[in-house]
Amino acid sequence: MNSLSARNLTFLDLGPFNIEIAGGECAALTGPSGAGKTLLLRSIADLDSHGGEVLLGETACSSIPAHHWRSMVGFLSAESPWWRETVGEHFKGGNAGLEELGFKPSVMEWTIERLSSGERQRLGLLRLLGGEPRALLLDEPTANLDAENTARVERLVARYREENDAPVLWVCHDLTQAARVAGKTYSLDDGELRSDR
Amino acid sequence: MNQAVPLSPFDLSLAASLVLLLALFTLPLKLGLWNRLLTAAVRTTVQLLLVGLVLKWLFESASPWWLLLVSMVMLAAAAREVVARQTKRFKGAWGFAMGSGAMLLSSFIVTIFALTVVISERPWYEPRYSIPLLGMLLGNTMNGISIGMDRLTLSAWRGRGIIETRLALGEKSGNAIGEIRKESIRSGMIPILNAMAAAGLVSLPGMMTGQILGGSPPLQAVRYQILIMFLIAAGSGFGTLFAVWLGSKRLFDGRERLRLDRLRNSTR
Repeated sequence: MNSLSARNLTFLDLGPFNIEIAGGECAALTGPSGAGKTLLLRSIADLDSHGGEVLLGETACSSIPAHHWRSMVGFLSAESPWWRETVGEHFKGGNAGLEELGFKPSVMEWTIERLSSGERQRLGLLRLLGGEPRALLLDEPTANLDAENTARVERLVARYREENDAPVLWVCHDLTQAARVAGKTYSLDDGELRSDR
Repeated sequence: MNQAVPLSPFDLSLAASLVLLLALFTLPLKLGLWNRLLTAAVRTTVQLLLVGLVLKWLFESASPWWLLLVSMVMLAAAAREVVARQTKRFKGAWGFAMGSGAMLLSSFIVTIFALTVVISERPWYEPRYSIPLLGMLLGNTMNGISIGMDRLTLSAWRGRGIIETRLALGEKSGNAIGEIRKESIRSGMIPILNAMAAAGLVSLPGMMTGQILGGSPPLQAVRYQILIMFLIAAGSGFGTLFAVWLGSKRLFDGRERLRLDRLRNSTR
């Protein structure tokens, strides 16, 4: 059982929130900007201080070292910065999925400057998946992408989710995308989290 | 031993007239510096005269307790200066505590080492040696620490996105800030590295010049200067290492979260 559950999660003056995503299930998180969607993801990833508890399967966030937790719940922020010279230097794990997102293996030798914002975003997702996280927390992973690449990312995430029985929490602005990628939707608005199937 | 030619207040006022002349020249250039220049000149005069009085009294009293008190005042002043030079400072007493802790560990230990093992005057804390040594060490260590800490906090502030992305990818906090920490230590050590490389060729260090003016044989003055250079290198090096290490720990909490809320802007 590889479900992601947040119990009585509080951060800043928001919450308590409860979230339950089964292994292999994708939940969308929608809501107006500024509602706290990113903060919610950051709290689950334990990047911000928060109340309550988050569990992945049987493992509680507070019971293991933070870096260990974060490598299990892969959080992808909306802008993925790069800090070394070439793409390949950022990939510690595998780089499976390159072709699926429309890259050739030689992209690993590219310097960061020549990447477009869309390429950065797609490679940022691959960089995250390379660490083989057991869950995914994606903050608008297709915001800079055209229709074709959006479809590629959606397919890749769906495959990863099914193959690894991974719960996915996907922040999206676009409600049609939410309906497309997710089995259920959470909406965060004015401090309230609603769940609808 | 030849003593230095005594300087009268008149001699000093001749030198002061040069500063006045400079102030006059900057006036039409509208650099806005003339009043700062004059204030700084007055401060130098007053502070050094006062310190001369304190030293005169301290050398005569030779009580270790007074010595301890004076060195604590020096430490506090240096730590305050470290904090004052930060663009992004640690909130509360942390900046002060980390700066003074690092200086206490490096400058004081190195000074005591030099006094007891190298110079071995009796008593070992002989103020004529200990106060100038400590002063030089503190001054240089303070420089290294404030440059290193400034670099650390500013880079962490600017590199927030990168640090948090690396954390999110499962890196340990020490890893995520590793490069920044290295850069900060390096930049804190550069002044003393430069000073050692240029010593003698480009610059005659102040202490050595002073000793030669005071009538010491040049080769003996040189030996003291070499000693001082090594002590400063060790003192500021260890001080910077320790302060930057402490600072980079303080930037994260127990759950390895980047805590930029522990910093505040300088009020200047």
